[in-house]
Amino acid sequence: MRKYLIGAAAAVSVVVLASNGAMSAGDAVKPPSQNWSFSGFFGTFDRGALQRGFQVYDEVCAGCHSARLLAYRNLTEIGFTEDQAKKIAASKEVTDGPNDEGEMFQRPGILSDRFVRPFPNDEAARAANGGALPPDLSLMVKARIGGANYLHALLTGYKDAPKDTNLPDGMSYNLYFAGNQIAMAPPLAEDGVEYADKTKATVDQMARDVTTFLAWAAEPELEWRKRMGVKVILFLLILTGMLYAVKRKVWSDVH
Amino acid sequence: MSDSKFKNPIVAWIDYRLPVFTFMEHELHEYPTPKNLNYWWNFGSLAGIILVIMIVTGIILSMHYTPHTALAFDSVERIMRDVNYGWLIRYVHMNGASAFFIVVFIHIFRGLYFGSYKSPRELLWMLGVVILLLMMATAFLGYVLPWGQMSFWGATVITNLFSAIPIVGDTIVTLLWGGFSVDNPTLNRFFSLHFLLPFVIVGVVVLHIVALHQHGSGNPIGIDTKSPQDTIPFHPYYTIKDLFGLGVFLIFFFGFVFFAPNYLGHPDNYIEANPLVTPPHIVPEWYFLPFYAILRSFTADALIFLPFSWLMTAKLAGVLAMFASIMVLFILPWLDHSPVKSARFRPIYKQFYWLLIIDCFILGICGAKPAEAPWTYISQAATAYYFLHFLVIIPLLGFFEKTKPLPTSISEPVLKGGGGASVAAGAKPMEKA
Repeated sequence: MRKYLIGAAAAVSVVVLASNGAMSAGDAVKPPSQNWSFSGFFGTFDRGALQRGFQVYDEVCAGCHSARLLAYRNLTEIGFTEDQAKKIAASKEVTDGPNDEGEMFQRPGILSDRFVRPFPNDEAARAANGGALPPDLSLMVKARIGGANYLHALLTGYKDAPKDTNLPDGMSYNLYFAGNQIAMAPPLAEDGVEYADKTKATVDQMARDVTTFLAWAAEPELEWRKRMGVKVILFLLILTGMLYAVKRKVWSDVH
Repeated sequence: MSDSKFKNPIVAWIDYRLPVFTFMEHELHEYPTPKNLNYWWNFGSLAGIILVIMIVTGIILSMHYTPHTALAFDSVERIMRDVNYGWLIRYVHMNGASAFFIVVFIHIFRGLYFGSYKSPRELLWMLGVVILLLMMATAFLGYVLPWGQMSFWGATVITNLFSAIPIVGDTIVTLLWGGFSVDNPTLNRFFSLHFLLPFVIVGVVVLHIVALHQHGSGNPIGIDTKSPQDTIPFHPYYTIKDLFGLGVFLIFFFGFVFFAPNYLGHPDNYIEANPLVTPPHIVPEWYFLPFYAILRSFTADALIFLPFSWLMTAKLAGVLAMFASIMVLFILPWLDHSPVKSARFRPIYKQFYWLLIIDCFILGICGAKPAEAPWTYISQAATAYYFLHFLVIIPLLGFFEKTKPLPTSISEPVLKGGGGASVAAGAKPMEKA
């Protein structure tokens, strides 16, 4: 009897934990699971995908979406050399100031600058996007149920609206978005960017790359964390094994 | 001084003036502990260790955190990105809260199974309930600090509960908020209180340990230690056993910290708080889900609300029920008047104990689900059963249950190799689980 009850309790707890991640809103479809270079115990970010993903972000997404938690100096962490990162930063116009005359002025970006935002404030962003606010992307992968799978599905999930859907002007139909109506027009088009490494820029490839980039943006410590985790767990396994041996020895005269 | 029991002259000199070494000697070497404690007895010291981990990581986090609505969210991200090992410290603190509740819940259910709340340990048990209440308050306050969407809306929902109190309710809520909505003054005072309460917990933990050492640990058989043969010194026997348990726990804990640090959190808390956008489902952290289910199960049309509907609103009934679900633990030592402590010798109680655990899991699931059929009905039934267990079944068992004969001493089953067939055979799977 008790075994069954413990089993039932365990099963119930699994359901509880699983339901934590499965509570998606609206009638959106659950995003399919993808293989990501950064998943699993030993996962690392694919450097090629990171750099291509940055290119997609920079050339496509950054027109509307900020990534305010990232700085240009962070780009050296995804395989760009310091000179390349400096060049990327210098290609951006940063508002600085006030100067000695009390005026704000424009200057080329430097490594310590945060990613330049496309709009000066949320109101300007809304005004330029038909009333919808393009969310900041720095934490997007951590801030959505389904994480990277969801983001990839969303970017590739644009479909023609079913006949009975009344789609308002400026809205697009997306299989994976809660409520299915999204204010973002399909952002990726075949060959929308020209990859420096000559990878074919299909919609799926770009979605995959930019999702990898945004996964890094959300968790830049991921590789370090997993590397340290493997060492810590191995250490603890050995230590705990030894503690168990000592425990057996100490207790041998009691039993 | 020459007759001091300490050989080291410096130790003897100090101890003559400040008896810390006598105290340590007493607590570690002379403090007799029943020899038959199983691994369920590890969770008390584990909880103490987690409390220390939480305080240490918390103090470091507070050095980098800014309690201002405009800066709090970004200051947490700065900890994650730019502070040396900041991500590690924050993930340990964040998952430490969950680990603390896992360990304390197991500690409490250990007490329920083995009757640890019974005479002469009633105050020990009640101090434990006080610690649980303080922990819940601290965890709630702490969850607000990162100022994400769930922080903000969780704070809004929970503080609003107090408005259900007649007459003074709205005043209390205004006082909690420091204004007329959850805003910067709220965040400031929550930070201050979140820093304060852990030290209050430490104080109550000290009392908890003083009360524990007055009569010593209970044990799985639930009979008093009778002779020196029944006990062993805490050190080295239980220090090494607790250390081994700590190792196992840390593997589990760091598994979460390093490989699934956000598994137990809600993604919405990585969206900065926005008073103008309400999340589709406002759910508390997992450890509050059973209490949240009890709170929500009191709706105006609920059967369990009917007996109280002439007296109060459904909202107030829900709030009172939520607090009552913990308050019943306070009076449990008097609700349960069976003279037998351990469930090993209480065959009927044992069945109801497992039913209660299943009931708590069901409440937890209901708390995570949206408030709609069939979950509302399930959580109403589970809430009713929760109180039925403590207020009706437990007192009745004291009258009607036919308990098994108790062994004469702790040594008897222990010497027979971990429990004689007659006494503890039925309880063996529990020890292995």
